[in-house]
Amino acid sequence: MKYRHHIPAPQDSAYLQQLLQATPARIGVWRSGTRPLTCDLLKFRADHAAAQDSVNGTVSEELLAGLDLPVLQTMVRDKDEYLTRPDLGRKLSTTGKAYFQQSTSEKRQVQLIISDGLSAQAIEANLSDFLPAFQLGLAYYRISCHRPVFVKYGRVRLLEDVATVVAAEVFVILIGERPGLVTAKSMSAYLVYQPTADTMDADYLVLSNIYSGGTPPVEAAAQLARMVNHVIQVKSSGVSLKLITLKE
Amino acid sequence: MGFKTTLLGQTFSFKTVKEVLAKANEEKSGDVLAGIAAGSAAERVAAKYVLSRLTLNELRNNPVVPYETDAVTRLIDDNLDREVFSAISNWTVAELREYILDDHTPGQALVGLSRGLTSEMVAAVTKIMSNMDLIVGAGKINIQATANTTIGVPGALASRLQPNHPTDSVAGILASAEEGLSYGVGDAVIGINPVEDSVDNISRILEALHELKNYWQIPTQICVLAHVTTQMEALRRGVPCDLVFQSLAGTEAANRSFGITVPLLEEACELAKNKGTAAGNNVMYFETGQGSELSSHSHHGADQLTLEARCYGLARHFNPFLVNTVVGFIGPEYLYDGRQVIRAGLEDHFMGKLSGLPMGVDACYTNHMKMDQNDLENLAVLLSAAGVNYFMGIPMGDDVMLNYQCTSYHDIASLRGVLGLKPLPAFEKWLEKMGLMQNGRLTRRAGDPSIFQRSRVGRVVS
Repeated sequence: MKYRHHIPAPQDSAYLQQLLQATPARIGVWRSGTRPLTCDLLKFRADHAAAQDSVNGTVSEELLAGLDLPVLQTMVRDKDEYLTRPDLGRKLSTTGKAYFQQSTSEKRQVQLIISDGLSAQAIEANLSDFLPAFQLGLAYYRISCHRPVFVKYGRVRLLEDVATVVAAEVFVILIGERPGLVTAKSMSAYLVYQPTADTMDADYLVLSNIYSGGTPPVEAAAQLARMVNHVIQVKSSGVSLKLITLKE
Repeated sequence: MGFKTTLLGQTFSFKTVKEVLAKANEEKSGDVLAGIAAGSAAERVAAKYVLSRLTLNELRNNPVVPYETDAVTRLIDDNLDREVFSAISNWTVAELREYILDDHTPGQALVGLSRGLTSEMVAAVTKIMSNMDLIVGAGKINIQATANTTIGVPGALASRLQPNHPTDSVAGILASAEEGLSYGVGDAVIGINPVEDSVDNISRILEALHELKNYWQIPTQICVLAHVTTQMEALRRGVPCDLVFQSLAGTEAANRSFGITVPLLEEACELAKNKGTAAGNNVMYFETGQGSELSSHSHHGADQLTLEARCYGLARHFNPFLVNTVVGFIGPEYLYDGRQVIRAGLEDHFMGKLSGLPMGVDACYTNHMKMDQNDLENLAVLLSAAGVNYFMGIPMGDDVMLNYQCTSYHDIASLRGVLGLKPLPAFEKWLEKMGLMQNGRLTRRAGDPSIFQRSRVGRVVS
């Protein structure tokens, strides 16, 4: 395959092809004076338009039903409120809390939450590959897991509120990342060991860029299961985990 | 204690200095989210009037987080130059503004003055300044710092080459880096945001950047922007590293949520001086940005501008080589749209300079904000006019790893062209040697990354 570029007379065409192949970044674009060519300028605007539109999308009911996921919501009422009130995205709605209080009594090791976050497309594109692979991975390490749940309009630190009503050691959230121009389909996984009121950002471990062009979902699922297993063993996540492992 | 003022036939009262500071802020969604913003346009201006009449001494005695409970407050106050401060302690904030803008006040005097200012004073004067005031004020202040090269040279606009890759592929990083170098970008630093924050991974990237820099003899700095503890471990293992990076916040609690303390940063700075590969004494690289304290619930009810000023008060303790605000990265809940981001960018740059820092700006936006590339280009021109030390340079402004947009390789070249600015002197000489620049302008060769094919070194370097 030959990669497209706009450089009129590259000094080394073969090497330029190697560079173009190595990154999804917008290189080899050339210039008119110090400004980009028209085609690249407009392509950029088109991709930005797509990203803006994807922020406002929703995860389809078919996908969630197909994976047998209960659907809950945070205290956020709509997308606009989601964007300007992160505090509400960190709290389960009353109905959401009631669901957990009624359904989970026994303690298991992991609770997985899935949320649309800033890109419904990210969940649409990755979840059906990721979820079975992650569950297999946990089974391999003999780690027990509560039933995964979808929570609409969630933020990462929603896990701290979930931890007040679910007995587990590790809490994991899969969440749609803020869309970029290359893709609106990138998902992140955050995990934290037994969060409390004192939990901080640095206590979280993250695996980001989960999508076909970054870390593919199946591979990411295996990696995340490994991370969960490690966190359970050392009983810590985040920077404190790193300090522990450095000392070892 | 309390403050009252009458404006437009209405009486406004404020209980504390902290409340005056918060309400005097230009409108920001983050202050609204925190529930501390002015309730009306009139109340905002009333707070500005009250603030303009406060003395610097009152501001020193009322830090937004008490001295006893916060390590950042203590560091800033303990580092205050008592002699400089005592000469200005009775000035009002209005007098400070006019002293800064006065034609008879040279920039060098402002650099001296900054040692006698706490961050609350820096924030206060910013709040009563217009956008043009902020440009004029910052434009007077030149702050230089030296690692391998010297930044902050008058008439120069430097750039951080930011060739990030979604899986940290070294080949991918180098591809974007070579394209950037061919546009004259990379004189401030070649700095990577890694996907995976591990010692092995960042060591691999640092080695590759080190080799790129050495092979082409590029007069610049290299850095991988992992957590400071990861970089410290890499340094202990002898991995080449010119600058040690860390994100900063304006309160002790917010910094703890970043996994850092003042003693940890002091240790990192010492380690970078002893084991790092930079020749000079300015070896730290810090990033900040309005809103990070609120996002970690550690803002203590203070406004995001004052907390941002305190980041600079903290940063200057370490004599950094680079400091930049990442204005526009945090999201619409803190800076809602292009208008708020442009204001915040000008504020942060001015406050950094007035704090004595070699200040750059990551002028940027995310896809869930009401902002686009046009707003960003506007901000970049305004900041260049204000004498900003550096911007980021990214292929077409699209960061394929962090998923946000900022200034492009083309923008760096355009800003230099429009405003008659140059790369840093040593880097410009290197560009000339590589045949990429002549008389301060890009040559026809510029924009072709394939000139960096390494077996062709003999043909390229004279």
